[in-house]
Formats: sequence, structure tokens, C-alpha cells
Amino acid sequence: MKLAISTRGQDVNAPVDLHFGRTRFFRIVDFETGAETLLNNARAANAPQGAGIQTAQTLARLGVQAVLTGGVGPNAWRILQAARIQVFSVRGGSVGQALQSFREGLLRPLTEKQVTYF
Amino acid sequence: MSDAAFICELVVMSGKGGTGKTSVTASLAVLAGSAVLADCDVDASNLPLVLDPREQRRETFTGGVRARIRREDCTACGQCKALCRFDAIFFDGPGHGRLPHTYRVDSAACEGCGVCHDVCPEHAIDLEPTEGGEWFVSETRFGPLLHARLRPGHGNSGRLVTLVRDQARQVAEAAGRRLILVDGPPGIGCPVIASLTGATRVLAVTEPTPSGEHDLERLLALARHFSIPAWVCVNKHDLNADMTLQIERRAAALGATVTERIPYDPAVTAAQRRGRPVVDVDHGPAAAAIRKLWERVRPFLADPPGPQLDTGRPAG
Amino acid sequence: MNLVIASGKGGTGKTTVATSLAVTLARHGQTVAYVDCDVETPNGHLFLKPMVTRERPVEKLVPRVNQETCLLCGLCAAVCRFNAIACLPDQTLVYEELCHGCGGCTRVCPVGAITEAPHPVGVVKVGAAGAIQFVSGTLNVGESTSPPVIRATRQAAPAADWTILDAPPGTACPMMEAVRGSDYVVLVTEPTPFGLHDLRLALEVVKTFDLPCGVVVNRAQPGATEARDLCRQARVRILAEIPDAVAIAKEYSRGQLVVETVPGLREIFDQLCLRLLEEVPKEKCPHEMRQRLEAAIRASSQSPATGPPAAGDPFSTPRLAAPRQREEPTRAASAS
Ligand code: SF4
Ligand code: SF4
Ligand code: SF4
Ligand code: SF4
Repeated sequence: MKLAISTRGQDVNAPVDLHFGRTRFFRIVDFETGAETLLNNARAANAPQGAGIQTAQTLARLGVQAVLTGGVGPNAWRILQAARIQVFSVRGGSVGQALQSFREGLLRPLTEKQVTYF
Repeated sequence: MSDAAFICELVVMSGKGGTGKTSVTASLAVLAGSAVLADCDVDASNLPLVLDPREQRRETFTGGVRARIRREDCTACGQCKALCRFDAIFFDGPGHGRLPHTYRVDSAACEGCGVCHDVCPEHAIDLEPTEGGEWFVSETRFGPLLHARLRPGHGNSGRLVTLVRDQARQVAEAAGRRLILVDGPPGIGCPVIASLTGATRVLAVTEPTPSGEHDLERLLALARHFSIPAWVCVNKHDLNADMTLQIERRAAALGATVTERIPYDPAVTAAQRRGRPVVDVDHGPAAAAIRKLWERVRPFLADPPGPQLDTGRPAG
Repeated sequence: MNLVIASGKGGTGKTTVATSLAVTLARHGQTVAYVDCDVETPNGHLFLKPMVTRERPVEKLVPRVNQETCLLCGLCAAVCRFNAIACLPDQTLVYEELCHGCGGCTRVCPVGAITEAPHPVGVVKVGAAGAIQFVSGTLNVGESTSPPVIRATRQAAPAADWTILDAPPGTACPMMEAVRGSDYVVLVTEPTPFGLHDLRLALEVVKTFDLPCGVVVNRAQPGATEARDLCRQARVRILAEIPDAVAIAKEYSRGQLVVETVPGLREIFDQLCLRLLEEVPKEKCPHEMRQRLEAAIRASSQSPATGPPAAGDPFSTPRLAAPRQREEPTRAASAS
């Protein structure tokens, strides 16, 4: 399974970016192979509109199955739903901490009602 | 997981302008004491006028792109004009050695869709970023202030709003401040949508007038569209008691929470003339009401709203 | 005569001025079309209370993807500058609200899987309020671009002596869309620091269009000269000053047309009409129409039966910035 974490920096100690669409980077963790890669999201982040849509589309096309981020808006939600990507809401901390919480099963997937909430 | 980084973003909105939204926002800034302030009325930024900001940083903002035809490369085939859906291309550009006229883009009408750029067989069309305005980080007595100035008449205020909000969030995170107070733009169009997406809560300031009611309905519909819980505050409520009640009932029916009323008080404009927030210089009826308003909403700003909190009046 | 009533921000009394001016001109026998282009928050109908006879949707063409034939190649999503179409591993989604209807995606689709279908973005209502022709545009909630609705609203305006456009507030694209191509701009302001700041911005925009303009000061305070100073500097004329009176605010809050219910306002708007006649470009305002209006205003101010109530004037503020101007006798002679 592939997991994407929105982040403002390039290493695991960087803080999670609570903005989904306009995050600078995603750290992508492949649980099968253990590989961790960095996805530069600058193009979507700087888009005049629809940043969330473009970001969600990129993740869907990469075959990501779960996202750790602050929250998502309704437009991105529609894509993530359609692509069956689960969203886990994080309230802060570093990428490493978020990953740890996820591994320990402390994060719950976002539901329709929480869309746009942080 | 920790709650430490939850930052509440309270957007003060008005439907139409001139309801006292900015005066309320400035006063809340005083009462909050440690908020980060963001003026998202990038068309006509008024919050700086009452917060005496000292500018610390200034950046230019590039708006969207606009097409421009390089005259020397245009062969006047007309394909760009045929495909532009926004009537932005005209056959009256200057000529060159081979042609008396070339095609020209009217940048005021161009929406930057890029279709012409993609079709031009001569690759004679550039998409150039436009300078859309400037944004600022300033220091005020009540906290950092993010504000912007859209170049008058330039579009794309939505993206500038997003930029101001993002910067405000970064400043808040860096300074460990937990509340962002946003002075929202009027209307319900693209800058308003840009101010609302992803915000935590809305405070709608309205007036007891037919237009106040009408605009509020549209604004609350939008807040609902984005599932953001909204408070409603009627300003100058004593101008029309019946209308105030009617608006409050309507707001409640639309799922908003009715909160404190503010009376008509000349002290509000007087404070504005002195360039100060009203609660900072006055203890009259309006200032007192804004203080009560702050006490009512404050308890809800520490945590993210859950769906269960979104109906009924707050306990306080 | 295309007259735009605009303001740097909302809530300055733009709609009050626009509707009152429409009523005043109509009362003096001019044909008037009131066109509400403030499509995000249209309010004119609340005061004019028109009978709407026709409603027409405003539409834009948005792509519709045939999922059966779509190859999921992603070309459409790559070409769209507005991120309004997204190509996922098993389907292609369209975001109608974000789409500008440019047709770019339809053009690049290699298998013709995209067709275009109209999507409503707003409505234009046409009707009448007494003698006034009424047109009003409304943007649908959630739609982000108002210029197409403003354009459609302007196009629906019937021909009249005076077309009064109530513009969206602010100085961004919607306001420009309404101002573009008009003959004269009336900027409404309040003499507060916020109001004057916004007036300055609005004047800049009007200047870029190279259009003649004048200012109406609403909620004028006795003794406050900031608005006059600003207008003098900017070399624009103050066309009228409407005093700051609780009576006006109360009538307005009851949805009343203040020009009809608040004593003293009729005169102010009559004077505003005369001022406008001096100011508007001559070639847009036929001589005959000018004379008719001047004569009608003069006649009404001379007959107290139809004129404004003389007593009960609640204002202490001087009604106008400068002394009234008298019409030349030659015009007066030919009028009746
Ligand atoms: S498509 Fe290119 S070459 Fe043809 S008219 Fe337009 S700019 Fe000129
Ligand atoms: S970019 Fe789009 S709107 Fe602008 S001129 Fe080209 S086709 Fe027309
Ligand atoms: S019509 Fe233009 S804006 Fe709309 S989805 Fe297609 S490419 Fe994007
Ligand atoms: S361009 Fe056409 S075929 Fe390719 S993804 Fe878009 S709709 Fe499908």
C-alpha cells in the first residue's frame, strides 16, 4: 500500500502541512517495498484555482491509497472518494510522528461530514 | 496525535459591504490580543486603516496569465481568434513587413485559458504572467497583519486571497498563535469562496435591512455549501427591531447560530476617523456589545468544530 | 445614456442612489431601464419591487465526458489551465463551477469523448417597476465567475433614455465588466476613512477606462470636508450630497425608496439629475431629451402639489456642495 503525507519540508522531521491542495511536498511511503519518495507538488500548489483537484488527481494516478493531511475540501474529496483513497486527519507534528500515529492505528479516516474541517 | 497545532481560522463576512464588518474584526483583534490578522478584502483593504500597521515585508503578486501575440511571428491565419471563446482577440494588431495587420489580444478580456497559445501554428502566442498586486506582512499592536492590494481593475482576487490566508497560517504556525482573524471580502463570488474554503468558522455581520437579509441568505447558503459553521451578528439592530428579529429567525432556520447584537453607535465611525478599533478607544454601547460578542464566541475557538456543535445557540 | 452607479465598496448607498435616480428620472417622464449588475448581491428589486415577467438562465458550455469511450489519457486535464477537469485511473471528472468554458479540453480529446453542454451559472430577470424597465442578474451560489452573468444582464437591458447600471462594488473584474462601455460613471461614497480610501481606488479604475465621472457623497456629515478635498484633488465633481440622517437609514431598513418617503430627498435627486445633464457627454444625450428633463424638473419644483413636502426637513447639512445652477432662459422658453 502507498501512503502520502503532505509536508512542508523534505525530510521526516519536517512538519505536516495541514493544507492538502497547496502543500509543497508529499512524502510517499510504499509499505510493500519500504521505499520513501518525495513528490514535489509545486505546480498544483501555485495553480490559480483547483489546487486540491490537481493534487488529488496526481495522487490517484500514482496509485496512492491513503493520505495523511490536515483536511480536504469538497472538490478534492470527490476525487479521493472516486479513487477510493482514504484520508486520515492529522492536527500537526512532524511527518515522522504522523507516520508513527498511523502505524499505531491512532488515526481515524475522515468522513464526508468532516470535509473542509481542519 | 496532538492538538497543539490546531489553528482556528475565523472569517468575518458580511454579504454586502459596509455592515461594520471591518470595525468588528478590528475590535475582535484587540480583544483576542494574540491573533494573527488577515485582511482578505484585497480589492479595498480597510483593516490597515484602523490598526496602524508598520510594514515589515512587501512582495509582488503575479496574477494569472494573459496571452500576447508576438506580432513579428503572426501570419494572420486567424485560428486563434476562431477558437477564443472570450472574444479577446482582434484583427487590428500592428502589421510588419509581410502583412498590413496582425492579430492582437485584448488583455482585459483574456481569461488566460491558453487555447490560442496551444493552437497557433507559428507558436507566436506567449502566455505571460500579469502583475496582480502586492501583499504585505505588517506588525500591529494587536498582532501580525497580512494584507494585500490588488492592482485596481485586476482580476484573480481569489488567488491573492488564498495567498494571504496561507501566509497568515504560516505566520501563525511560526509564532505559535492559535487564532487567525480574517476580514473577509464582500459578496459571494470568487474571493469569498477563496476566503471560505478550509476556514474553521464564519461570523456573518449584517444589518437589519432588506438587502442585509437578502445577502446574508446567500452568504449562509455558501457557508453551508462548504459545511462551515456560521454565527450571525446583527449590527445597528436598533434601526429596525422587526427586521432584526426576522433576520435572526431566518439565520437560525438556515442553520446558523444567532449571537450578540450590536446597536447603532456613532462612536464606531468616530473611532474609524481616529484610525483605531472601536473597543480600543470607547466604552459605549457598540464597544460593550462587541465585548459580549467576543465572550460568546471565544469558548468555541479553541477546538475544531464537530458536526454536533453546529446547531443551536452556544451555551455561554 | 448609459450611466453606471458604482462604488469602491459595498454598503455606501449605491443601490439607494441608483434606484432613487431611476425613480426620479421616470417621474420626470424619461424612459428608464434599471439594470442590476451587482449579480453577487443584487438588491435593487427589494426597493423597486418589480413585476418580473421573464426569466432566462445564463449558461456556459462545460465539457461532458463519455466514460465509455474515454481512454483515460489525461490530455484534457493537462491542457485545462483552471483545473476544472481531472483524469483518474478509472474515470474523468468535470468540475462545472471551476470551468471557464474555454473549450480547450474538447479540442484536445483524441477520441471525441468530450461533448459540451450548457451549465447554468445564473439567471437574468426582466420586468417592470411602474414605468421603469427592470433587469437584474443573479449569480448562482457556488459559481465563481460573475462576468458572464454581468454581460448577459447588460445585454438584456432594453433601450431607454437612461440606462442605469447598478454595478458590483469593489474594483475587481466584476466592477470593470459593468463599467466597461458605459458613458458616464457615478461613484457613490461615504465620507469615512474607509469610504474615501475605497473611493480613491475606484477613481483609479475609472481613469483606466478614460470615462467621465462624478461623485455622490452619501451620509454626508456637516462640516466634514475630506470628501470635497479628495474630489478637488482628483478633479472630479461632487454631483450631490445626501445627508447622514437616521430617518433615511430607518426608511431604507424598511425597504422603502427613500426618495419617495423622506422629505427633502426629492429635491436632492432633482438637482442630481440637472447636474448629470451638465456632466454627461453631450453626444450621448440628445438635446430634445435634455430639454424635456429640465422642463419637467422645473415644473415639478414650481408646483408644490407634486413637489416635496416643504415642512419637516430634518437636515441641517447643506444639500449640495456648490450653489445650484440656473438654466439659461433660452432653454426654458422652448421647454413647455
Ligand atoms: S494563430 Fe498564431 S499565427 Fe494565426 S493569427 Fe493567431 S497568432 Fe497569428
Ligand atoms: S488565452 Fe484564451 S481567452 Fe486569452 S486570448 Fe487566448 S484563447 Fe482567448
Ligand atoms: S472547457 Fe476549458 S476550463 Fe472547462 S474543463 Fe475544458 S479546458 Fe477546463
Ligand atoms: S482527453 Fe478525452 S480520452 Fe483523454 S482523458 Fe480526456 S476525455 Fe478521456
